[in-house]
Amino acid sequence: MSHDIADATATDTRPAARAHTLQATPSVIAVQGLTKRYASGFEALKRIDLDIQRGEIFALLGPNGAGKTTLISIICGLVNASDGQVRVNGHDIVTDYRAAREQIGLVPQELTSDAFATVWNTVSFSRGLFGKRADSAHIERVLRSLSLWDKRRNKMITLSGGMKRRVLIAKALAHEPQILFLDEPTAGVDVELRRDMWDVVRQLRDQGVTVILTTHYIEEAEEMADRIGVINDGEIVLVEEKAALMRQLGRKRLRLDLQTPLAAIPETLAHYPLSLADDGNVLVYTYAASANEYSTPASISALLNDIEAAGVHFKDLHTEQSSLEEIFVNLVRKDA
Amino acid sequence: MNLRAVGTIYHFELARAWRTLLQSLVSPVISTSLYFVVFGAAIGSRIQEVEGVSYGAFIVPGLIMLMLLTQSVSNASFGIFFPKFTGTIYEVLSAPVSYLEIVLGYVGAAATKSLILGLIILVTASFFVPLRIDHPFWMLLFLALTALTFSLLGFIIGIWAEGFEKLQLVPLLIITPLTFLGGSFYSIDMLPPVWQTVTLFNPVVYLVSGFRWSFYGISDVSVGASLLMILVFLSLCLALVGWIFKTGYNIKP
Repeated sequence: MSHDIADATATDTRPAARAHTLQATPSVIAVQGLTKRYASGFEALKRIDLDIQRGEIFALLGPNGAGKTTLISIICGLVNASDGQVRVNGHDIVTDYRAAREQIGLVPQELTSDAFATVWNTVSFSRGLFGKRADSAHIERVLRSLSLWDKRRNKMITLSGGMKRRVLIAKALAHEPQILFLDEPTAGVDVELRRDMWDVVRQLRDQGVTVILTTHYIEEAEEMADRIGVINDGEIVLVEEKAALMRQLGRKRLRLDLQTPLAAIPETLAHYPLSLADDGNVLVYTYAASANEYSTPASISALLNDIEAAGVHFKDLHTEQSSLEEIFVNLVRKDA
Repeated sequence: MNLRAVGTIYHFELARAWRTLLQSLVSPVISTSLYFVVFGAAIGSRIQEVEGVSYGAFIVPGLIMLMLLTQSVSNASFGIFFPKFTGTIYEVLSAPVSYLEIVLGYVGAAATKSLILGLIILVTASFFVPLRIDHPFWMLLFLALTALTFSLLGFIIGIWAEGFEKLQLVPLLIITPLTFLGGSFYSIDMLPPVWQTVTLFNPVVYLVSGFRWSFYGISDVSVGASLLMILVFLSLCLALVGWIFKTGYNIKP
């Protein structure tokens, strides 16, 4: 699968600029008070409110059984909601389901396929199902972009798991959706294919497709998403722009164990974000984890020089960082 | 109306029949031919004419009905059960397709298959016994209505069934006995009086009788009753399908 460098750099510089444009556009999916109670009384979703912005990649993170798939299934029409409302580009998913669903492509978690149909036929079937005129040029483009062109005459049963996953993506793209749901797209997929999928998703986003993916790989959310939502036990625990989240969560702390406790931070060090801990025995310096994005690598050595010059001596030092994973686990645990 | 989607499901389902041509068409034809050899030629030659029609010819409408009923039910039930079983149903449910369109696609394809099958059996029969069709329009109407009604029943069974056992259960325990006891191989007059009354509660009797009337002009019950019965049954199936989609029973939790 091709993915050129210009593309990659374009994506890297995007989030900050994107954040501004996103705020101006109305949400492409608006979920309000969505609740799902099964006949057994189990509440899979508890009054969920969520807005997905046009053109973003939104990652829905959560442990198994958190309600990720139920949420997607309701939006896509596979499961009935017990309460609440979902609008897709302003179209209610129940009363105006045709207009809502026309814009959505769904890649399910399970590798389900009609074993004896060929790749070409099953992808064309998907397009027809959405009421679109047959368009072999579009199907060819989709198959080529997913490296499936050589397999177009193969029956589904002859394909590997990774290839089947690609076919499911091709099926979801067959009707040129504006919104793509990927439910655990890289579960059980090898590293190389995972990178390929990420490339495909980025290309789609560059074409203006809104992508919502569920995952329990933190790495995936970190790599792909513009915004991250964490769902646990049927509730949205947090929704945040990834860049902001990384700024918040990606803070590092440098802790210096002092030889003699300080009563206050010396004047000459006042311009550093320093604080005292453990009755003045520890000097804490908080800084951004990602040096090239939020700070300069020189600042730590400058700080250490200035501390030396201020006559403060330390006997030991160590750094701490809270990762997305750590915060995620904390969020989920606190709730459980 | 998303006619393109209806056409897509319809063609996909018929394509499945072509892929499995042997099961879909050849095996019912062979088994029907065996009925003709055994009942028509071997046994039939020793049975006197029924109301002026040779026994071999007399059983043709009943045999076609027997095949039509079992094939409609099994085609349609499998057609919807299979995507439910493999999980590919997700795609149909997430598409901008109404329930009516889903039913039209699946049931339409199943009914078409059984209709073609019925006509093939009719042609096959003409090689074994002398046939005559007094009312071709009514014959086709009965054929089409029966194929449609029992394909709807099959669709319902396919949704109701959670496993392959249940899928076989209804055809095996209900459809086949009702058809055999529905006058396929005999005229109701041949039964003792008590059984003649009991048999009137069997809906298949009306189908076979009406269908046979379209061939030879002879019937056990009036043609109007036959037509009414099949329309009642059709409405029942439609109501049940409507209820299934309204509640999401076994298809949309």
